[in-house]
Parts: sequence; structure tokens; C-alpha cells
Amino acid sequence: MATNTLMAPGLQAVGLGPYLTVGAILLVLGVFGIFLNRKNIIIIMMSIELILLSANLNLVAFSGALNELSGQVFTLFTLTVAAAEAAIGLAIVTVYFRNRGSIQVEDVTLMKG
Amino acid sequence: MNWTLALPEIVLSCSGLFILLFGVLQKRSEPSFACTMLTLVAFLVTGILVVVAPDGAGYHGQFVNDGFSRFMKILSLGAAGLAAILSLDYNRQEKTARFEFPVLLLFSTLGTLVMASSANLMTLYVGLELQSLAIYILCAFARDELTSAEAGLKYFVLGSLASGLLLYGISLVYGFAGTMEYAGLRQVLTGGAPLAAGLVIGLVFVIVGLAFKLSMAPFHMWTPDVYQGSPTSVTAFLAGAPKAAAFALLLRVLAQPFGHLAGQWQLLIEIVAIATMFLGSLAAIGQRDIKRLMAYSSIGHMGYAAMGIASATDAGIRGTLVYLATYLIMNAGTFGCILAMRRRGRALTRIEDLAGLGRTDPTLAVLMAVFMFSMAGVPPLAGFFGKLMVFAAAVQAGLWVLAAVGVVTSVIGLFYYWRIVKVMFLDAPVAGAFDHRAPSLSFVSAVTGVATVLFLLVLGPVTGAAQAAAAALFG
Repeated sequence: MATNTLMAPGLQAVGLGPYLTVGAILLVLGVFGIFLNRKNIIIIMMSIELILLSANLNLVAFSGALNELSGQVFTLFTLTVAAAEAAIGLAIVTVYFRNRGSIQVEDVTLMKG
Repeated sequence: MNWTLALPEIVLSCSGLFILLFGVLQKRSEPSFACTMLTLVAFLVTGILVVVAPDGAGYHGQFVNDGFSRFMKILSLGAAGLAAILSLDYNRQEKTARFEFPVLLLFSTLGTLVMASSANLMTLYVGLELQSLAIYILCAFARDELTSAEAGLKYFVLGSLASGLLLYGISLVYGFAGTMEYAGLRQVLTGGAPLAAGLVIGLVFVIVGLAFKLSMAPFHMWTPDVYQGSPTSVTAFLAGAPKAAAFALLLRVLAQPFGHLAGQWQLLIEIVAIATMFLGSLAAIGQRDIKRLMAYSSIGHMGYAAMGIASATDAGIRGTLVYLATYLIMNAGTFGCILAMRRRGRALTRIEDLAGLGRTDPTLAVLMAVFMFSMAGVPPLAGFFGKLMVFAAAVQAGLWVLAAVGVVTSVIGLFYYWRIVKVMFLDAPVAGAFDHRAPSLSFVSAVTGVATVLFLLVLGPVTGAAQAAAAALFG
């Protein structure tokens, strides 16, 4: 990155690489959490949060590295959206549980084809 | 700062809050009908404001108003308005007529307007989420129905995954280009510097996220389940305005900031379009539920519309826009007919239920047949012109394979659309006539039916507006 000299002090110590690596690991964990998980819908909700957080980590790290603020501003928006998403998701899970009496992933198979 | 640029959105969001307040304060009766009417008025006012809003960019490059955003906003508002009218009777009969429905519809439409005006990846994401979050709730709106809850759950999980991937892609684009503004991105990408791998990966993530929202293959798997499980009034909306808005995003992102990389994304879009058209037409053949069939049909339509993007020319974009306009008209009309399928108060969705409709209710049968033939692309109905324009653009751009696949899948499409017409006119009636249609359904089906048949008369103005929109996108 050409802007290394402008990096925030905290970032300079470790560089951008580790942040991006952690972000990528979080993303992969989140995606696998959704597709490989056969147990519980709550775990899927946690995986979705992980994906959003991985993007947030990227945004903040890039923002520090580029010495530009819009990435951090975006993070605030993302956090708000993530909160709304979690609230709506839990509401839908509640509605589903009231109708089905279970939140096991393998039970969500009424419609297929 | 020129804040009047976003006046339509501001007015729409304020009226949304007002309608919500009005609904809450209404003590005596369920104010669903009044709220829907207020929502329609809000759409109308917003539409007028969209037409008169000045061109330009504002809010520190976050927001842009041009011919393209105007065209897409009018499409979204029109489709949402028709969906709101369609929801009246269905929600009343299914006992889900609550005033939150039109309010959620309104906020989702607000999201589509913001998406159409995005000039920055931040606006894109916020608009997309505003639109999606409202739809998640709408899908689970019939909260005592297991199918509706399941549809909401599936759409929520897969939609959130798509938004997450999109957001990750945005973060990579931001990091490797150093800016989120479309204008800035364009400058960086046309600078001639070697392309960072992270930027291309970010672009692919963004396209994947949008393809998911557009239910393009191979990210279509949520569509049939969600269309079938959601209340039909929600499906009618889901298949309309949000699709147009997602297309607006895809077109703007690909043509403006990433226009210079056309060589990189053209092939990707072409492959996705081919897969989508094949899947949409082949998977629809065996369907017995008409909502599921409409899901595959809309998947196929998204493939045809993407054909215009794949050709990456002015004419292609124009074709896509005209295609979307005709699709929204046909879609509203078809759902008007589907919502009229009701015997002794019970909503029906199986294709066999249409048997003998040509004898028991010829008007409805003829309207349905018009929409089916139009969706198949039979001249001189509306669907034909959209198809013709995207095919012509693909051929001009030298994408012969794409055009050939389009023709083949159109023929396959004709087969399954014809099956519905056959069931209606040639099969013997199995049960009695449908219940008396609500005037709202007759109104929407009749208006869109006339528009479908006489589309040739307005083809000139619509094409002109689409041409201006495409020019604004490239200018």
C-alpha cells in the first residue's frame, strides 16, 4: 500500500495483512456456519453476524490504512443495519417457532422442489 | 448542498412515519384500507416529485439524480402502487389486513428509490438493506401460517447472507481503490494503473450479492420457496419493484464505476444470464403450483433482462430498461389474475384449479392468456418488444451464443405458458366458478391487460425514456 507512512499508529505496528486475514477467516467461518450447520437456527443468526463483523473489521482496517474516514462512517451504518437485522431475524424465528414448535434447521423443509 | 435532490425520498419517508402514526392512533376499526389509500397517495405525490426533481449530485457525492434514476424510480413506484392495490382484497379475505402492511410496503419502496439514486457504495448498501429488511417482515406477515413463517425465515437467512457477501465485497473495493464514490472509483479504474486482485475479488462479491437479490442462477434457490410460501399479495410485490431496483443497482455499478472493466464482467454476466434463462425455463415445466411457476418464470425474465447488460452497450441497457418496464406490467397483471383464484373464500394456487376457466369466467381467462402469451414473448404483446430489443442488442454486440440460448429458452418458455392457457380453455371444469372478483383486482388486471395489448402505442415514448436513461448512465 502506497500510503503506509500515513497509517494510524496502531496499524503501523502490525500492518494491514493480519487484519485482512482475520476478516477473511471470520467470513469463511460465517459462510460455513450457515451451510454446514444442521442444528439450530440461532447458530445461523450468529453466523450472519460474523459475516457482517468481518466486513466491518475490513472497513475499519482499510480506513486506518488509507487514513480516510468514510470506512469508519460506513461501519456505523453497518452496525445499525446489523442491529435491525438481528431484531427482525429473531422476530421471524419467534413466529416460526410458534407455528412449528421447533427451530431445528432440518425441520425447515415444508416447501421443496 | 442541494438537499432538494432527495425531496421525493424525504417526502416518502415522512409520509411513511405519518401513516404509521395514523394507523397506531386509530382506535375503533382496523385502519388498513385507509392506510393503503394514504400509501397510494404518498406514492403518487412522490412520483410527481420524482418527475420534477432537478438533475445533479448532492450529499457529498452520496446521492445522484439523473435520467436513469428517474426512470427506475417511476418503475418502482408504479409497481409498488399496483402491488398495494392488489393487496387490498387478499389481505382482507385472509384476515391479515393490518395497517403495518402498506407501511412496510412503503418503506421497502423507499429503499428501492434510494438504491436507484445511489452514487456511493454506502448509499447502495443502506438502500438495499432498507428494501430487504422490510420485505423479510412482509414475507412472514401471515404470522399464523407455517408456510409464511418458513418463507420469511428462508428469505431472511439467504438474503442476509447475500447482503453480507455484498458488504464484504464493498469493503474490499473500498480498501483497494481507496474510495467508495462511484466517480472516484471510475477515476481510479480508468487511471491505467495495474488492477489490484482485491478489487476484482470485491467486484465479484458485489455482483454475487446483487445476483442473489435478482435470483439469478446459481443464486436462485430461495426464489421458488419464498414465492410459494409468502402471502400472494407479498409475492406480487416481491416479484416487481425490488427486482427493478436491484437491476438499477447492477446497471449503475457496472456501467459507471466499473464501466472501464467491461471486459472483466461481461463474460461473467453472460454466463450467469445463460444459466438463469435455462434454469428458469426448464425448471418451470414440471411445476404444479402457479406461484412456484411464476417464481421460475421471473427467474427466466431476469436472465433475459441481464442479456442487455451482458452486451454492455447503450442499446443493450435500453433493451434491459424496456424489458423491465414490460415485465413489471405483465407481472402485476398476472398476479391480479392469480389473486382472483378463490373458491368459497379459499385462495387457490394449483394450476389444475384453473381448469375450464375459459367457460366459467371468460374475461379472467382471456386476461390470463394475454399475460401468459406476453410473458412468452408472442408479438404484438408487450413482452415481445422487450425480448426483441435485448436479443438485437446481444446480436449487435456479437454475443451470438447468448442470443441463440435466449431464443431456445423462449421457445421452451412458450411451452409451459401454453400449458396454462390449455388448462384454462381446453380442459373441462372440475369445480364451480371462482368467487366474484373484487373490483381492485379487476381494475389492476384490466389496466395492465390493456397496457400489454396496446404496448405498441406507447413503445415510442417508453423507448425514448429508456434511451435517455441509458444515455445518462453512460454520460
